Amino acid sequence: MSLLEIRDLRVTYGSGAAAVPAVRGVDLRLEAGSKLGVAGESGCGKSTLALALLRLLPQTARLEGEILLDGEDVLTMKWGRLRAVRWAGASIVFQGAMHSLNAVRRIGDQIAEPLLVHRRATPAEARKRVGALLEQVGLPASRAAGYPHELSGGQRQRVMIAMALACEPRLIVADEPTTALDVMIQAQILRLIERLVAEESLGLMMISHDLAVLADTCDRLAVMYAGRIVEEGPAGEVYRAAAHPYGRALSSAFPRIGDPASRRAPRGLPGDPPDPAALPDGCAFHPRCPVAVAECAEDDQELRVAGAGRRAACLHVGRESG
Amino acid sequence: MTSLAWERRRGSATRFWKAYRSHRAGLYGLAGLALIALLALTAPWTVGADVQSVTNAPGTALESPSAEFPLGTDQFGRSLLGLLIWGSRISLLVGLLAAVLSVAIGTLVGVLAGHYGGWLSTVVMRITDWFLVMPALVLAIVLATVMSRSVWTVVLAIGITCWPTTARLVRAQTIAVESRPYIERATALGGGHGHVMARHVLPNVMPLVLAQTTLGISAAILTEATLAFLGLGDPTVTSWGGMLQDAREAGAVSSGHWWYLAPPGIAIALVALAFTLCGRAVESVLNPRLGVGR
Amino acid sequence: MTTASTPAGVARAEEARATDGAPRTGVASGYLRHAAGKLGGALVSLFAVLVTSFFLFRIIPGDPVKAMTHGAPTSAEQLATLRRQFGLDLPLWQQFTDYCAKALTGDLGTSFQFRAPVGDLIAAKLPATLLLTGVAVVLYSALGLWLGTRSAWRHGGLGDRVNTGLALTLWSVPSFWLGLLLIIVFSVGMGPIPGLFPTGGMESGTGETGFAYVLDVAHHLVLPVVTLVAVGYAQTLLVMRSSLLDEMGGDYLTTARAKGLKDDDVRRRHAVPNALLPTVTMVFINLGHVAAGSILVETVFSWPGLGGLFYQALSVPDLPLVQGLFVVFAGAMILANLLADLLYPLLDPRVGR
Repeated sequence: MSLLEIRDLRVTYGSGAAAVPAVRGVDLRLEAGSKLGVAGESGCGKSTLALALLRLLPQTARLEGEILLDGEDVLTMKWGRLRAVRWAGASIVFQGAMHSLNAVRRIGDQIAEPLLVHRRATPAEARKRVGALLEQVGLPASRAAGYPHELSGGQRQRVMIAMALACEPRLIVADEPTTALDVMIQAQILRLIERLVAEESLGLMMISHDLAVLADTCDRLAVMYAGRIVEEGPAGEVYRAAAHPYGRALSSAFPRIGDPASRRAPRGLPGDPPDPAALPDGCAFHPRCPVAVAECAEDDQELRVAGAGRRAACLHVGRESG
Repeated sequence: MTSLAWERRRGSATRFWKAYRSHRAGLYGLAGLALIALLALTAPWTVGADVQSVTNAPGTALESPSAEFPLGTDQFGRSLLGLLIWGSRISLLVGLLAAVLSVAIGTLVGVLAGHYGGWLSTVVMRITDWFLVMPALVLAIVLATVMSRSVWTVVLAIGITCWPTTARLVRAQTIAVESRPYIERATALGGGHGHVMARHVLPNVMPLVLAQTTLGISAAILTEATLAFLGLGDPTVTSWGGMLQDAREAGAVSSGHWWYLAPPGIAIALVALAFTLCGRAVESVLNPRLGVGR
Repeated sequence: MTTASTPAGVARAEEARATDGAPRTGVASGYLRHAAGKLGGALVSLFAVLVTSFFLFRIIPGDPVKAMTHGAPTSAEQLATLRRQFGLDLPLWQQFTDYCAKALTGDLGTSFQFRAPVGDLIAAKLPATLLLTGVAVVLYSALGLWLGTRSAWRHGGLGDRVNTGLALTLWSVPSFWLGLLLIIVFSVGMGPIPGLFPTGGMESGTGETGFAYVLDVAHHLVLPVVTLVAVGYAQTLLVMRSSLLDEMGGDYLTTARAKGLKDDDVRRRHAVPNALLPTVTMVFINLGHVAAGSILVETVFSWPGLGGLFYQALSVPDLPLVQGLFVVFAGAMILANLLADLLYPLLDPRVGR
């Protein structure tokens, strides 16, 4: 049984004529001890996906499908069970850690909070555990007495990671964990995440717009576009030789070290991601696709097999391998 | 002004109105204002200035409401309904003038301080700090006491005590506007101080000024009523606050003549509420983030 | 700098910052410096108030001595004596320095009306005002904060709309009018409602002592307090509501929910404390305005406090008394602002350390 299995997840904001589909049928699977990366531009629905995993979306969002965490469907859990699963079953490392932490409460209090809620630990036990967690992420235990605004961006991100580990969850979802950080700190945080995931054999779902970062850290990679997964497979293969035109465009937008040609002319993609409230007919990518044909505007594309353990949602894929 | 600029202004005005329309409370406020304005403006024909005349009073003192006098009469035998409608003119006039005065001073000071900066800004900020520490009502009362009793005294007293809040907000907005790149371009193209302030800063500051004016009118009406009630208003004109003072002096409280006491207060509250609703709606349109909370 | 830009240098710098775990020394001294600065500012404001009050009353057209004695026939000699008595024959700058020197020692002049030192008159009436405004402030703050929180957390619902509508309406109502209405309905009695409360004053004057006296005063306190609370809670409610609504969009609340906290706990432990910060400052700043609002309520209810004294002084006009009360009211606002400035850094760790 997989640690996390998402089946045909759909998230719609609003209802009736004003309904906006943020996630339009996502299937994903994550095993314990492995790392899955989810890549895509802003607005493709990846953050919605992350929040949906623990039902953290606002009331106006309607969720359909199944999210199986260790076999239990999160979407049909009773409220009490859901609260128990939150943080203790799966936790989230949020981006933009300045606003994700309460600015007027001490760091130690915030890390200890889930311990007191879930483990019913005594304050003394919680304090000890907080100290251990901080050291695990490379911060001195005395930082617990400080406030978020006293830390640098990298240190705050470490605090978020320490906090996410507090209740020893089985799954960690990292939503853009290194986006606001400079490159050197980014590398340190990524190494830290990798080490912790290996040490505790957690499952990791990492969400980012930075394909290179995901390819480096994760085992498998999924590319999202307009609320759908358009490509999925082993990280290296998807990064180096994507089957879907969008995946190809995304990875070629990053210059490769040692390849002067790509450094001087990274190829971008014309146009903007589509407005979820006004998606194009057929394949959502076709207006920007360099290899679009007439059929692309009529039928939306399902994920097809594109190699061993790989899927891609493009009609060219079927033809090439066929 | 070029036709292009006019089109742009018209476009933003239309958008503003569309956004305003979505705030139901603001529409109620606007409707209320229209009604009250109508009543006040048509008063010379519906009621006539004679309603104030003490010597030609049509009724006897302190009558209860009846068909002839729907709100009864005051201690001089004058129709209270007539006085109420006639009194709207002074209350609205003073409220409007006082608010406009305070916002005008505040805007002028704020734009100058924000534009020129330096010592002018510091001096202005110290002065506004000082004013903000004064209890505005007490200051207004004191000013009204030392000056003669007239409508203009009241307008002046309110205007002088209420400009600092506007000045602060306008100054902050001026600084924000002037940090935008197109101001730099305008100056580089040879625009002088006057040009930048009049053509660029002022139009951008106008929406804020509008919100402040509407909210200010609401406060000014309440302050005018308070000053009149305390005996500091103009004794020769009828205003709602003055009516309440008359009511108290005529012993309406102890004799239970609620019909003398209630209507002027309700009128004040309704007008102040209408302006407040409009002001809040304008603020919400300007600051959509705020709008969530309204 | 080269050392900071090499990978090793950056890592060292991170580590140095990371291992600097000791709490920053001088947090307490930072606050003391902040407090000293605010105290200094308050003293400057107080001086400015003294200057204003002095010159404000000197701009009246006409002769203060004549105003003092209007009605009573006085000879030129008597006028001159009075003038000397009140120091009005001295040059202006000397009057000013005299005034400041006396004010520092608490001598605010002598009342024209009562022929008694202004300071004594104020001291005598101060407790009554403190009682009235103190009770009112506590009640309206608690009511406003509670209803504002409920309103914001369930915003858009019927309860919220009723609450907000009621608060906006009460905010637009003139407080003195509300007081008069309450007197008519509940003191004089109207229709089926009998006169339950006294029409004015602080006590019945029937010589009760001890607990009976306390009850008597409390009985007289009800209507004036209700009037002040009705207008005061509205402002507090609206500020707290909008402050909490601002907080409710915060990402840190999503984090709190993700940790498995109950909705109630998210509100009580995270949203409300953060929303309280600007609200508490507002409540303190409004304390100064309550002092001014008491002028109206005390006048309407004949409550023997500073507000009523102010109203009496206005009618003469009893200039030393008005002047002294002006200084006291403004001083109260300065004090309230100072308290707010001193309190805020204690509540919000991001400020003033």
